[in-house]
Amino acid sequence: MNAKTLGYFLKRIGLAILTVWVVITVTFFVMHAVPGGPFLAEKAVSKEVQATLEAKYGLDKPLIVQYGTYLKDIVTKFDFGFSLKQRGRTVTGIISDGMKTSAVLGIIAAVIALINGVVLGAIASINRNKLIDRVIMVFTTAFVSMPSFIMGTLLLLVFSEKLRWFPANGETWVGYILPVVTLSLYPMSYITRLMRSSMLDVLGQDYIRTAKAKGVSYPKIIFGHALKNSMIPVITYFGPMLAYIVTGSLVVEKIFNIPGIGRAFVNSISGRDYPLIMGTTIILAGLIVIMNLIGDIMYKVVDPRVSFD
Amino acid sequence: MKISKNPFSMHVDVDMFLPATDEEKAYMVQMRPSSTFFKDGIKRLVKNPIATVSFVIIVLITLSSIIIPEVWPYSYDNQIGVSFGKTVDASYNNLKPMEYGASEKKAMESGEFVFPHIFGTDDAGRDYFARVVYGTRISLAVGFFASLIVLVIGMIVGSVSGYVGGKVDLVLMRIVDIIYSLPDMLMVILLAAVLRQVLGDKIEGTVLEKIGSNIISLFIVFALLYWVSMARLIRGQILSLREQEYVLAARATGAGAGWIIKKHLIPNCISVIFISTALQIPNAIFTESYLSFLGLGVNAPMPSLGSLANEALDGISSYSYRLIIPAIVISLIVLSLNLFGDGLRDAFDPKLQR
Repeated sequence: MNAKTLGYFLKRIGLAILTVWVVITVTFFVMHAVPGGPFLAEKAVSKEVQATLEAKYGLDKPLIVQYGTYLKDIVTKFDFGFSLKQRGRTVTGIISDGMKTSAVLGIIAAVIALINGVVLGAIASINRNKLIDRVIMVFTTAFVSMPSFIMGTLLLLVFSEKLRWFPANGETWVGYILPVVTLSLYPMSYITRLMRSSMLDVLGQDYIRTAKAKGVSYPKIIFGHALKNSMIPVITYFGPMLAYIVTGSLVVEKIFNIPGIGRAFVNSISGRDYPLIMGTTIILAGLIVIMNLIGDIMYKVVDPRVSFD
Repeated sequence: MKISKNPFSMHVDVDMFLPATDEEKAYMVQMRPSSTFFKDGIKRLVKNPIATVSFVIIVLITLSSIIIPEVWPYSYDNQIGVSFGKTVDASYNNLKPMEYGASEKKAMESGEFVFPHIFGTDDAGRDYFARVVYGTRISLAVGFFASLIVLVIGMIVGSVSGYVGGKVDLVLMRIVDIIYSLPDMLMVILLAAVLRQVLGDKIEGTVLEKIGSNIISLFIVFALLYWVSMARLIRGQILSLREQEYVLAARATGAGAGWIIKKHLIPNCISVIFISTALQIPNAIFTESYLSFLGLGVNAPMPSLGSLANEALDGISSYSYRLIIPAIVISLIVLSLNLFGDGLRDAFDPKLQR
């Protein structure tokens, strides 16, 4: 690794940290701009109780001091305070509970999307303009244009309401099949299209022609040369894919009633549980920023031709 | 024509002044009128059947969403079973398609014509067809205006950044970098959740109240977050176009800045801007429906395609068509806008073609 590469990485990491800080700051001040403060939604309480509550949560201090405390607690203790609605539970606790379910769901969906997308894209590009390519492209185009909540509700309607093949909620592992399919269809289709165009590009390169001219067998050209090089652009999709899965999980967990972080987030918005909204936003945003960072760095490591700007 | 024996002689060759023959005149006939860039693009676009069909679908959906609510006998917020001074007629709630309520049946028996409820009614007795069409109008309008906002802000920031350069460019681009790396959907949800609370009281009694705090907060969110890719695009275009050889050639032959901007920068930039604006519309429609589905979209009783799908989720087993109808409409809109945008790009940006 030369100095230029290292400089790029440092710059990129700096930007990621700055982004997370901006997210925390924006979230904090936006949340405190809500009129009436976080206890407005509660039933009417006496002045003394209100004051005690505010003292307990540190709300009587100036905003900038509260911000400092909030930031310090996150950085040093990973502490996002207490939930307002679920008494006695910390935001970190609620999030880590939900995260166990959501992470399993998201990782399985991502792996399925990745494997199927790469395979389908490769098949489509090898059979360019043949029937199988057309079929793959028609379906992926349709899936890319379909919002996740439409996809999820339609799958729920067809497979669990009408055909009754799968249960409508995620109690057992069978109940996780539909949510995983919902989450993986869009990234799978996107990766398929990405893979197809990049593989078509690679198959037209000079080194493929050289290999052919030297008499290398067809499977060896595909698996030894084309596939590996075509997969490089797919790496750039890592960050966006995670972002999609995170936002997609909000609706998917709502539709299939899965006790994950997405459902907690949606419920916290409708229940005006401000500390929980802030905590979830910051953690999910941090996750996406880190995945984007990893994707970018991996891309530069894997493909040395990529220029540094 | 004879070739002069002495080519450098100053003698005028009388043959050169003979009237032109018909054959020679044929060379000067204009075979077809010269084509402009725009005409060329339209020609390529029309040749693309997918883009043409998509365009027709978009126009049809847009026109019907504008015209039908004006002439339809039922409005989107009219609870048919509820009239002033009478008890609520619950027979109008949850009608299946082509069914009629109690008083309508009576009227039909006495020979009156009652306009059918093509898609039935919803759980509050509102004509579902009217709601779907009106929801389509809302979704399309939100998509269009949000893209317009993105275009204007992105164009201003991008061109200032590209033209001025230097420190201004550096600062603006760092801001763009940070906003670009923010997870947009999460920020949209956060801002939409907060802004509807903040705006709710402020706009009461003004013209804006009719639009609803949620749609306004959606526009604000777009204005705050979504302009960055447009700004980047336009800045990049201007920076690269400035360095093109033909701009240098124009400058060398004495063209002024106004001429270069009018004849070189704008025509080369406009198609890219136009295309990415067209592709921004489905994106905005998608965001609006996503927020509506999470309950952060349009204010009730106003429908949008996303909120209709959200409401349908409760009665999914008995009234599944209420989910399928908005789902089909929204997928059709997004799909045809995307395909049309791709067609536009192929037609107006031939440089991208392989």
